[in-house]
Amino acid sequence: MPGGRGRKSLERHELAGAAFTLPFVGLFLAVFVAPLLYALYLSLFREQLLGGSTFVGLDNFAEGLKDEAFLSGIGRVGLFMLVQVPVMLVLALVFALIIDSDRVRFAGFFRLAIFVPYAVPTVIAALMWGFLYGRDFGPLTDVAGTLGIGTPNFLGEGTILWSIANVSTWTFTGLNMIVFLTALRAVPEELYEAAAVDGAGALRTALYVKLPLLRPAALVCTIFSVIGALQLFGEPQIFAAIAPQVIGKSYTPNLYVYNLAFADQRLNYAAALSFLLGAVVFVASFLVVSVFRRHGAPR
Amino acid sequence: MQHTARPGSFRRFAPTLVLCLVVAALTAAGCGGGGHSGDGAGTKATKQVDMAAALDRPATITVWAWTPGTAEAAKMFEKAHPNIKVNVHNVGQGPPHYQKLRTALRSGRGLPDVVHMELQYIPSFTLTDSLLDLTPYLPDDFLESYPEWIQKQVNLQGGVYGVPWDTGPLGFIYRRDLLEKAGIEAPIETWDEFADAAIAYHKANPDSYLVNMPGAEAGQWLALFWQAGARPFSGDPRNLKVDLTDPKIKRVTEFWDKLYAAGAISHDADFTDTWFQGFARGRYAGWISAAWGPVLLQDFTRNSKGMWRAQALPQWSRGEHASGNWGGSTLAVLKGSKHPEAATEFARWILTEQEPVEMFAFERFLFPPLTSMLTNRRWLDRRYAFYGSQPVNRVYADMAAAVDTTWEWSPIHEYVATEGDAIRGKSVERGDGVTPTLQPWQDAVVEYAEQQGLTVAGR
Repeated sequence: MPGGRGRKSLERHELAGAAFTLPFVGLFLAVFVAPLLYALYLSLFREQLLGGSTFVGLDNFAEGLKDEAFLSGIGRVGLFMLVQVPVMLVLALVFALIIDSDRVRFAGFFRLAIFVPYAVPTVIAALMWGFLYGRDFGPLTDVAGTLGIGTPNFLGEGTILWSIANVSTWTFTGLNMIVFLTALRAVPEELYEAAAVDGAGALRTALYVKLPLLRPAALVCTIFSVIGALQLFGEPQIFAAIAPQVIGKSYTPNLYVYNLAFADQRLNYAAALSFLLGAVVFVASFLVVSVFRRHGAPR
Repeated sequence: MQHTARPGSFRRFAPTLVLCLVVAALTAAGCGGGGHSGDGAGTKATKQVDMAAALDRPATITVWAWTPGTAEAAKMFEKAHPNIKVNVHNVGQGPPHYQKLRTALRSGRGLPDVVHMELQYIPSFTLTDSLLDLTPYLPDDFLESYPEWIQKQVNLQGGVYGVPWDTGPLGFIYRRDLLEKAGIEAPIETWDEFADAAIAYHKANPDSYLVNMPGAEAGQWLALFWQAGARPFSGDPRNLKVDLTDPKIKRVTEFWDKLYAAGAISHDADFTDTWFQGFARGRYAGWISAAWGPVLLQDFTRNSKGMWRAQALPQWSRGEHASGNWGGSTLAVLKGSKHPEAATEFARWILTEQEPVEMFAFERFLFPPLTSMLTNRRWLDRRYAFYGSQPVNRVYADMAAAVDTTWEWSPIHEYVATEGDAIRGKSVERGDGVTPTLQPWQDAVVEYAEQQGLTVAGR
């Protein structure tokens, strides 16, 4: 029996391992867990401009669950998510498959061109698109006017959500495409050879070999996109300056939280709503994972 | 300078915005360290502060302000006060500025000594006890240098909480050429005539409107209520008056609702690219504008330069002479400042001494609050090419003299303004007009005030 010596060296290994994780654990606690706990602490109080701070338990959460502005914001980003995420991911997938098919010239150029919008900061992108969408004198309107199809109002009450979706799609399609492309590059060459031997053409290879192998990448992309959609903030925040009459203060839950905290000075309530939004994001991510599991191809 | 600032024209301001973000990021770290040195001289608010002795001590003060020319004025100040060093930071214009200020006040670190403070925000920051009463640090006759309504804006609860920088009495500017072509006679004296003119103008010129009135512009709406004699707020947090459904307010909103319903005026959001382009391309023939307004338009109205004229704000009855105020600002000193003497002296010096005051008025076109400037012949007679050589300062100085003295701001202005804009903007966009939004606005403000521990009168 390898007595005490082995145990001791094992312990030393464990200690060393723990020591190596310390920087991460320290940062994780300091920049992730601590703010979260502090926000949770804040959410249990109500501080008034006059009268100071009082402990109110879960009152802020109860108010949030009844807050029409918050709930309609959740509904709005939910709708946004259901439409924008599939459109963007299908586009990204199609671009990735086309570029990966080795049948296009200048594939490198297209890969870069589609990816470049992601390198544009959200603020700049929203400013740029805000100009393009301009109701009376924007270039898109000019084109529409020249073609004689009237002057669409991209920033109206019924259209602005989809104008924002267009900006998000433009920005993030490239990123998702790169994730898909990277996953495709990792597919072993033998699988393609086998498919070719079995007589599969490019389309069949794409549908029956590449697509199933992209499932893990698709799961990651979907979860990130769902989280991004539910946390929509940058674009509506910028568009609030050019279309305040449509965006208002509570267009998306994150925008609402921001305005509550910084315009209304209601930090406690804003903290509570952040947690409620976090719960929604958690549930949505969970649903995505379980859908992917259920429809998983048995392999 | 201006008011309810927003990220205006994107093409024009996008580079500035980016620059500001970069600068903000770079300076954020520096702000935390706090540049305060020195001994922290006594801050007791007794009337007897020996300013001369205090100003002899070396001090470094930080200023947060966005008005162009502030750094230039600070240089003049440093020359006159060699032992006081001034750091000027522009942390944003309007709402972003106040958000950063609130955040710094909350954390208690990285606070400036002197802050840009618009008139409408003063009670909101005295509510949180953030502003220093400047009385002990200012000359005894300080307030007398200003028209009475401006004195009332900074002299609250027995203290002086800001040194006036500029104001925005409301007037009306218009394109003389477009009005003439449409057969509209100007100046337009009453609001009744204004309504007729708006309808007639749009009929004659279907692609253009006499004015554009956005729903979401609290500053402009409140100034119009001010002119109409409504007094919706009192500044007293223990007995807060909120009366946004006053018949005098309804008179204003019903007037504009009729013009909205007739399609005679547009309601595009202001200070946006579309809006600036609207002026450039003649979509709007006029603007209910504050005194600081026309300068903003100059870059976008080169092709109509010389065609513009300014006139008094139309009146509710012929022969009346009343205006309201939209925007305008002060320099205030924060209570936590370690150098209240140097900070107050800075505010007083750059905003009342001749050299910086004339620089702001003549080179930066700020509308001056000082009586001495409002009656300065050289300033009054100054002719502007933009206005076809009309001496417009006379028009606005005349309007400044017509601003009623009894208006008070609520101590929860951020909420009043942003909530009102959200409700009003949506309603106008949907074609429902402004009047139906008054009750919901009133209810929201009362609910918020009570939630924040204020006592609302009559409740």
